Amino acid sequence: MIKLKQLFAGGAVLTFMSSVAHADYGLNLPVGVTETSKQVYDLHMLILWVCVAIGVVVFGAMIYSMIYHRKSQGAVASQFHESMTAELVWTIIPFIILIVMAIPATKVLIEMHDSSDADMKIKITGYQWKWRYEYLDEGVDFFSSLDAASNEARQVGSGIDPATVDNYLLNVDHPLVIPAGKKVSFLLTASDVIHSWWVPDFGWKKDAIPGFINEAWVVVDEPGIYRGQCAELCGRDHGFMPIVVEVKSEADYATWLAEQKAGKAAAKLAAIEDLDPRELKRTGKKVYRANCVACHQKKGEGVQGVFPAITGSAIATGDINEHIDLIMNGKPGTAMVAFKDQLNDVELAAVVTYQRNSLGNKVGDAVQPAEIAALR
Amino acid sequence: MATVTDLHDDHHDHGPAKGLMRWVTTTNHKDIGTLYLIFALVMFMLGGAMAMVIRLELFQPGLQFVDPGFFNQMTTVHALVMIFGGVMPAFVGLANWMLPIMIGGPDMALPRMNNWSFWILPFAFAMLLGTFFMDGGAPAGGWTLYPPLVLQGGNGFPFMIFAIHMMGVSSVMGAINVIVTILNMRAPGMTLMKMPLFVWTWFITAYLLIAVMPVLAGAVTMLLTDRFYDTTFFSATGGGDPVLFQHIFWFFGHPEVYILILPAFGVVSAIIPTFARKPLFGYSSMVYATSSIAFLSFIVWAHHMFTVGLPLQGELFFMYATMLIAVPTGVKVFNWISTMWKGSMTFETPMLFAIGFVIMFTIGGFSGLMLAIAPADFQYHDTYFVVAHFHYVLVTGAVYSIMASVYYWIPKWTGNMYNEKMGQWHFWLSTISVNVLFFPQHFLGLAGMPRRIPDYSVQFAEFNMWSSIGGFAFGLSQVFFCYIVYKTIKGGEKATDKVWEGAEGLEWTLPSPPPYHSFTTAPEIK
Repeated sequence: MIKLKQLFAGGAVLTFMSSVAHADYGLNLPVGVTETSKQVYDLHMLILWVCVAIGVVVFGAMIYSMIYHRKSQGAVASQFHESMTAELVWTIIPFIILIVMAIPATKVLIEMHDSSDADMKIKITGYQWKWRYEYLDEGVDFFSSLDAASNEARQVGSGIDPATVDNYLLNVDHPLVIPAGKKVSFLLTASDVIHSWWVPDFGWKKDAIPGFINEAWVVVDEPGIYRGQCAELCGRDHGFMPIVVEVKSEADYATWLAEQKAGKAAAKLAAIEDLDPRELKRTGKKVYRANCVACHQKKGEGVQGVFPAITGSAIATGDINEHIDLIMNGKPGTAMVAFKDQLNDVELAAVVTYQRNSLGNKVGDAVQPAEIAALR
Repeated sequence: MATVTDLHDDHHDHGPAKGLMRWVTTTNHKDIGTLYLIFALVMFMLGGAMAMVIRLELFQPGLQFVDPGFFNQMTTVHALVMIFGGVMPAFVGLANWMLPIMIGGPDMALPRMNNWSFWILPFAFAMLLGTFFMDGGAPAGGWTLYPPLVLQGGNGFPFMIFAIHMMGVSSVMGAINVIVTILNMRAPGMTLMKMPLFVWTWFITAYLLIAVMPVLAGAVTMLLTDRFYDTTFFSATGGGDPVLFQHIFWFFGHPEVYILILPAFGVVSAIIPTFARKPLFGYSSMVYATSSIAFLSFIVWAHHMFTVGLPLQGELFFMYATMLIAVPTGVKVFNWISTMWKGSMTFETPMLFAIGFVIMFTIGGFSGLMLAIAPADFQYHDTYFVVAHFHYVLVTGAVYSIMASVYYWIPKWTGNMYNEKMGQWHFWLSTISVNVLFFPQHFLGLAGMPRRIPDYSVQFAEFNMWSSIGGFAFGLSQVFFCYIVYKTIKGGEKATDKVWEGAEGLEWTLPSPPPYHSFTTAPEIK
């Protein structure tokens, strides 16, 4: 593998040779950690070398001709301009090469499409700009978005050097966790616009499309952390919705799963308690910064013509029930999605209270998590 | 031999009107060709300026200069401007200038429509670029306009749709004009199989345009009604289908890429024989290869959509069909090399750009072949590998062929030789910088960098910096190109009628510059 990398680099433009010296520098497709990704890698290398071989012949002939058949060398132009044999040869030989390429490609494609006999199913839903993972048989369900450190560093003029942030733009708050050695089937869809779920080490990407359910699968044998990104342009923060998959051994996975279930029960209990409005506002600010700021902006001023302002808006200063309804259920046909499933009762209560009493608004009322729970 | 009579009369009887109105009211194919070419150059520089913003933001990780939303506007409008405002009008300009002359006709067949098809364009692009100043800014959903994302756009959205409609009308009218001209205006004896290859490739391109521009118009109209009239063609909530748009768009979009490259094949097939001093190898197989490519271009569209979740059978079909395109494309490359083989070559600027085209277009073709392999495409799709691929075929392919044609024909157009030394400098500066710009993007894509992102993980920093440096240098080289063109128009060594020692074809039988009306009497064809 390393040898191939070096060979590949050797073929590359001379100016890049210096880069090869850098440790773990990505020049080539990763081999990946699944059977599929290894097959895809092999296909990639095969077609690459076929292209290199054809390139050597074709460019070789051209360069030879440019050196020897030039007027300054005293070359006299022949006047031949047709050869049926030659035309046939360079039609048939490429055709045969293509067939030789198509056979392994077809085999791999058929295998990739076979998602039968999965051990477990996880539904992945793309949102602007985060992922939601639902473990269909376990009742575990959470959102995964860009981690706070990257998020802070990536703001225009943040002054934070990305090199100082661990896994800058490739880290999330809640990674997807799957067990090693199991065939995990993913059901992909989206709630707003088209996204694409891609972890290079798994060997594929698949679009998450609203109204469609796509299927893909992996078997990862080695526990580890694998990173990827949304690959389909999905709006302003397309570049900021990474994917992190943590592959755990079966035992660790079982522990993790149990913790998730326990955590969910605790959150339900917390939702019943009433909170101080100041506490709500504090939490609300965090929720706002994580979920609303991309469109409605830091001070609630919005973007004229596209994203309405929250400051002084009829909704955020009007009837609180309409305000709650808008945030929970969204506004169809616009970028305002339903946050009912994305946020829990505490977070929803907090962000509503925050929007009404901050960002230049001073309505003075508040909503408690229990009231949100009653609306579900 | 062709003959031209009564040249001296042209200047007082049918010469151009004076002043600005000459350009507004002109029905002359040369004037309109010039307008198209200047328009394309302006758009090329504007689209290039947007590319500079993109490369500036990507120079290092972190967001230094622009908001991500504005970055998306840049990538979207850069593509629309370069495709519809740069490359397509440049080729229509070349067609206007050269087709009537190459077939021995006096002018384009439909001169008033010709004027109209040009003058629509400045208004279309004023509207498209005007969206930058509207609420919500310019379109930012990518030039592929995928719903539902594109429907989230601001007030500029309907203006962009209308601009695309106008560009489509302009292209269809231009295409009709090309077909009617070629079928009706050829000099006696200029049979179809005697036409220069540039005429042939444009003839086929014109059919592609007529076939697919209305499809694009239909697709964007459905977007318009989805947004404003409550239809749900592309919305699953109303029983529609967002993937349907992609099918319609790429049914337009794939032939579109051949619209952008077939005329380039024609140009290169004219230039290489001239400077190899040897006839084009395999003329008829070139014609058949072009036709096969055009036919195949209609049945490969879904290779842009391998990751949307097509059924296995669909993916197999589109993979095989796409791989098949390599065969006729290969035939073309082999024919060009056979034309060079045992020739007596010199390397003036047009030849340099033509050879640059053959080599770098072929590199783009190789990555295209890699992208055709569906399982591998699952990795390559929507990464910088794709960005590298289509910039190799469009910049070092289509744009290089346009540069080659400008150097090749500008002595004919203006009567002045361009400065050869400057031309060579322009070629080498462009070629080195364009490779520093786009070659590392292959590595970025393979290493996992998605396209259309304003910021990236630090592991991609080094190659992005290389790429940006190459980008700035390439941009500057094109400013130099503008200067060379300007200088040639203003003056320079007088060009002979034949200009190039090995040149063949009717355009070289006319004086440089040619009279206002090309062949008032049909030339004799050997």
